[in-house]
Amino acid sequence: MDKTQFMFWFLSALAVFSSLMVITRKNPVYSVLFLIITFFAISGHYVLMNAQFLAIVNIIVYAGAIMVLFLFVLMLMNLNKESEQQKNKYLLWSGAIAGGMLMVIMIAALNTTEPAVISQPGAGQIGLIKNLGTKLFTEYVVPFEISSILFLSAMVGAVVLGKKGD
Amino acid sequence: MPITYYIFLAVIIFCIGVTGVLTRRNSIIVFMCIELMLNAVNLLLVAFSKMHHQRMLVLDAANVTAGTESQLFVFFIMVVAAAEVSVGLAIIVMMYRAVHSVDINFLNRLKN
Repeated sequence: MDKTQFMFWFLSALAVFSSLMVITRKNPVYSVLFLIITFFAISGHYVLMNAQFLAIVNIIVYAGAIMVLFLFVLMLMNLNKESEQQKNKYLLWSGAIAGGMLMVIMIAALNTTEPAVISQPGAGQIGLIKNLGTKLFTEYVVPFEISSILFLSAMVGAVVLGKKGD
Repeated sequence: MPITYYIFLAVIIFCIGVTGVLTRRNSIIVFMCIELMLNAVNLLLVAFSKMHHQRMLVLDAANVTAGTESQLFVFFIMVVAAAEVSVGLAIIVMMYRAVHSVDINFLNRLKN
């Protein structure tokens, strides 16, 4: 087992464990913290697959910006005291069984006997900023500009929704 | 690393997210599970991009940018997720101000 394989299994186990923790913790603040660990593990996977730019963006945008937003909202609401009421046990079990069934069926459907192999995960240079930026600002410049309009409308929408009074 | 390992990892994380959406009652945690599902899909897109890149390199060694498109898709998914989170959290805060709870059982009607 070489270094890359070891890192793959370690990061996979970390991602699965912490995402399980996200959905099982009672305290929402712990859920947010475990979700940050999940995002770091997924960023590690990006680095292993030579997508360095996406790894950095993932850490900055998700773990840095979005999770801080979640944490702010949670702490503003002060939900730590009241634990959420579970309506009935059957609802919980049916949800868990439905999710597990989906997982089993998708894994069984996608399990091919002769898989394609990513032989040299560290080689290549697709993830470098130069290649991504050239592609982004030549072929994909229209979606890029449209996404700036999306951000503007999201900003206006958040301000309008969050304004006190009507 | 066989591509099926990445597919299984992404499927497992995605299904954990689905289970969280189905079982949890706190709307913020439901929202976080949606982020988890988005990230599973991103991981799979990057893995497929890497695989496509290697296939194309065998055919044409000079084509170093093959497979860059799916990484750009991941980039755009992150952009949309950031916009979605800001609006969604604003809606949750507004709802909390109205009913003093984020339990989704109270949120099954749009009026009041």
